[in-house]
Amino acid sequence: MALQSLDIKQRSATTTATPSVRQTVEVAKLIDVTTCIGCKACQAACMEWNDIRDEIGTCSGVYDNPTDLTENSWTVMRFAEVEEAGKLEWLIRKDGCMHCADPGCLKACPSPGAIIQYSNGIVDFHEENCIGCGYCITGCPFNVPRISKKDGKAYKCTLCSDRVAVGQAPACVKACPTGALHFGAKEDMQDYAASRIIDLKSRGYDQAGLYDPPGVGGTHVMYVLHHADRPGLYSGLPKDPSISPLVSLWKGFAKPLATVAMAAVALGSLFHYVTKGPNEVSKQLEDELEKEDAP
Amino acid sequence: MIRNPKDLTRYTPQERVNHWLGGICFILLALSGLAFFHPAFWPLTQLFGGGVWARILHPFIGVLMAGSFLSLFLRFRSLNVMTPADKEWLSRAGEMLDGKDHNLPEQGKYNGGQKLMFWALAIGMLLLLITGIVLWRAYFNLPVDVVRFAAVIHAAAAAVLIAVVMVHIYAAIWVKGTMRAMWYGTVTRAWAKQHHRAWYRQVTGK
Ligand code: HEM
Ligand code: SF4
Repeated sequence: MALQSLDIKQRSATTTATPSVRQTVEVAKLIDVTTCIGCKACQAACMEWNDIRDEIGTCSGVYDNPTDLTENSWTVMRFAEVEEAGKLEWLIRKDGCMHCADPGCLKACPSPGAIIQYSNGIVDFHEENCIGCGYCITGCPFNVPRISKKDGKAYKCTLCSDRVAVGQAPACVKACPTGALHFGAKEDMQDYAASRIIDLKSRGYDQAGLYDPPGVGGTHVMYVLHHADRPGLYSGLPKDPSISPLVSLWKGFAKPLATVAMAAVALGSLFHYVTKGPNEVSKQLEDELEKEDAP
Repeated sequence: MIRNPKDLTRYTPQERVNHWLGGICFILLALSGLAFFHPAFWPLTQLFGGGVWARILHPFIGVLMAGSFLSLFLRFRSLNVMTPADKEWLSRAGEMLDGKDHNLPEQGKYNGGQKLMFWALAIGMLLLLITGIVLWRAYFNLPVDVVRFAAVIHAAAAAVLIAVVMVHIYAAIWVKGTMRAMWYGTVTRAWAKQHHRAWYRQVTGK
């Protein structure tokens, strides 16, 4: 999405300051997994608002449909059946971009301005600058971005940055019939989540909690979970996600180090030449050979 | 008209074409690859018609280079076996750098430094090819941990090889009378006697 903006916190592959004169309130979407019924109204609303249609797939035998995020499905419901204390629990998680405060995609992206983080926390892909390398997938701790087979660009949830920019809540939040989805200032969402957690604990979910993983600086999509101690139950939500150390090495430390090392070799060669001079063929050897040649 | 029929042939036309093909590919790969590596190099994508073209072309040029390097490797492999004399040469490479190479052990077609570069290139090329294919998202989608590891290795191997090749090119500029070996294949006898005396004896019988 391309929007004129004065509140850009970070821009991919950019080493100078971004236009950031305007500060906005940090926002968040709160997904209360405990009140979600898996109706997929949010999935449909996402398709509607963003005007994207996935290919019609096949039933895989469970409710997951489509079975994975794609360039056309920016949010999908994941259904997990787990047994807890002798009872079957149907844990349904709305999957999609978490809008990390410390986004691995943005860190890895080589193309200036293909990934933007606004000061409100939304991490947005600007596809017109995307080169389709897929580094964002490599950088993402949540396996979210997808590259389109049609145009070779990366796509994911925008947190409806276009709607939020004009004071609207994301389309999915608008559509949710049970009120499992909430949107607002991140602080307000945390407060609301706290009240939900108190309620859940009073009803026997001792481990109920908020999923706002600190390893990625917190996220701007948060979950209320009944089993916050074991997020993996929810179709493999990572327990303690962070940008992989390999990615930090690759797009952090190694970048300046290798650049300086290569420049040093180039300059070292130049200065070797101007200090030592060329390594010429000795005149004496040439003369000797010429003498040998003379009949 | 050739200047001196007694000049020594160092490379056949096939070897030279092979070398230039690999060299051109390498330079294009370095320019496009660096553009993805650090934002400071991003403008280099313009040489390829923009970022998307650089991303599309890089891996294909890589495969071409790997093929051409394999052929070069097979041609020169046996000439690059390390000998004790090479090891001694390497331990005294400082003298070479000072331009005072007359006391160093006699060298065959390649000196210890050149052989070291040959093997560094061989290992580096293999690493770049394998990791490059792993990184090739347009056609491959491997487990993310493997891709992350490959990205680090690819970037590191590329940085090392770019440095190695810069030294290689500089050596050819620094040691006068060398460049023509790759332009048209011959060197003077004096050049050979000075820098690769064992090879000189071998080809002239002196
Ligand atoms: C041998 C075959 C090679 C293959 C198949 C290959 C493939 C790739 C691929 C797929 C990428 C990711 C960007 C893209 O999708 O275009 C990449 C990045 C890169 N390549 Fe290669 N490559 C090869 C050789 C080389 C060589 C010889 C060099 C250096 C001279 C090089 C330097 C780089 C660099 C610096 C990057 C960026 C890494 C980063 O972002 O940190 N590659 N390569
Ligand atoms: S594919 Fe991802 S990492 Fe690559 S340019 Fe596009 S947004 Fe950036």
